[in-house]
Amino acid sequence: MDISQFLVSPAEATLRTGPHDRIVMSSRVRLARNLRKTPFPGWAKKADRVKALESILPAVQSLPQLAGAFSSSMDSLSTLEKQILVERHLISREHAAKAGGSGLVVNREESLCVMINEEDHLRMQALRPGLQLKQAWHAIDQIDSELEKKLDYAFDETLGYLTACPTNLGTGIRVSAMLHLPGMVLAEHVNQIIQAVNKLGLAVRGLYGEGTEALGNVFQVSNQMTLGESETEIVERLNKVLAQIIEHEENDRQKLLETKPKMVFNQIGRAYGILANAHSITSKETMNLLSFLRLGVDLGHFTNMDRSLVDELFIITQPAHLQKQFSEKLAAEERDLLRADMLRERLKHVGRPHPRPATLDKPGD
Amino acid sequence: MQCILCKTNEAKVHLTKIIGDKMQKIDLCEECAKQKGVNDPAGFSLADLLFGLGAAQELSAGQPEGEDVKCPNCGFSQADFKKAGRLGCSICYATFSAGLESLLKSMHKGTRHIGKVPFSLKQSRDLANRVVLLQKKLDKAVTDENFEQAARLRDEIREARLKLGAVAAP
Repeated sequence: MDISQFLVSPAEATLRTGPHDRIVMSSRVRLARNLRKTPFPGWAKKADRVKALESILPAVQSLPQLAGAFSSSMDSLSTLEKQILVERHLISREHAAKAGGSGLVVNREESLCVMINEEDHLRMQALRPGLQLKQAWHAIDQIDSELEKKLDYAFDETLGYLTACPTNLGTGIRVSAMLHLPGMVLAEHVNQIIQAVNKLGLAVRGLYGEGTEALGNVFQVSNQMTLGESETEIVERLNKVLAQIIEHEENDRQKLLETKPKMVFNQIGRAYGILANAHSITSKETMNLLSFLRLGVDLGHFTNMDRSLVDELFIITQPAHLQKQFSEKLAAEERDLLRADMLRERLKHVGRPHPRPATLDKPGD
Repeated sequence: MQCILCKTNEAKVHLTKIIGDKMQKIDLCEECAKQKGVNDPAGFSLADLLFGLGAAQELSAGQPEGEDVKCPNCGFSQADFKKAGRLGCSICYATFSAGLESLLKSMHKGTRHIGKVPFSLKQSRDLANRVVLLQKKLDKAVTDENFEQAARLRDEIREARLKLGAVAAP
């Protein structure tokens, strides 16, 4: 079955809501696990990888939480399908480059996803909309507890779960949240926050790891250390830091509206102007402008547009999703034309933004 | 200030990382920084960089000079670690344990795992603790010449040991 037909449509997916989703786009908890003695995927011969996949895949498929899930070996997915999975943040770029001997299991709701033979034998993740790290941890903890009954995990009393890279050793956990921070970017505040967050032993990455100047003002914050701290401690620590980042972002938005309202209105107005009227636009420009459209929605500048439309456009204007809608292979320039056509069409009935001056009842006051 | 890598050019890229009360500083020249991916923002993190620097040398700490130790399970060597930055299999952690200790200290909060333990292991750990506790009680009962209690404790220990054997060898 085609993966994009299996998964919920972006229009449906973006209707899901969660706490603080005005700023926190999604929460994710990933666990790394390996089989005892079996060479790690990066070092294993193809035959060993295939053998590991053959023992892991049925175990994962048998989980009640993954009943009816999509599962496949990576070599039976097309490049386009893999790219779609990357754009949906379901698999890593590293995993997309894999072929035979690696596999994937993902449920239709995109709330659970297991990569087999990525860097580790198992990389399982739970995803939730908005800020729901605890819920995501509980979901993946459950999956892991089920799997440990079926698979012989590499675990050491002192070092915990053994991973291919020593940086993941111990809990093997990566707790992360995807944040939309246009206020901090406009207030030129974001580097300061990144540094502060780094000092706490947390990592800040861009949307697709494309650098600190994140596309679409989207940043991922995650823990870096996995040994010497329990899973719940890590989740709680991240929650505390995220609460502060949310507060800073709200404050920055409020302060900008008070001190530089024209600058904010200008960004939103121009973003709308270009997105609704362009005839050729790159994916990068689209994402950066959609970010300000999203900010406009948050600030109440649009009377007949929901955040979910912006979030949907965020997904479907990306290269693989766009290509998916056309049968013939498109060149980048052709995609830019079609992307602009799509944006004009989808924004046709969205009225121009109506700036609202700063109010005093916004958070941060 | 000299670049710590090539030790010839002037260091122009300065990185500082603080974990708990430990501070690490790295000074690199532009070329080495570029080579180490500091300027390539894709996925760059200071931990990766620190991890790459001298990590392979550390891995061989405590091992005979000039000998390239190989993992008996998967044949992975220190040279492979230098190239890949990853280990070969779960047994490598035992093979290279001496050198890993300091490496782990620099990248993690601690060197002992705290957190989730597979259920079967937790079970046997609890049982083992119970046996130790019961044995202490038994010793005391014998000293106190409380033979009735001693007999009961001896039975309990035997039962716990049996269970432990069953859990440890599924």
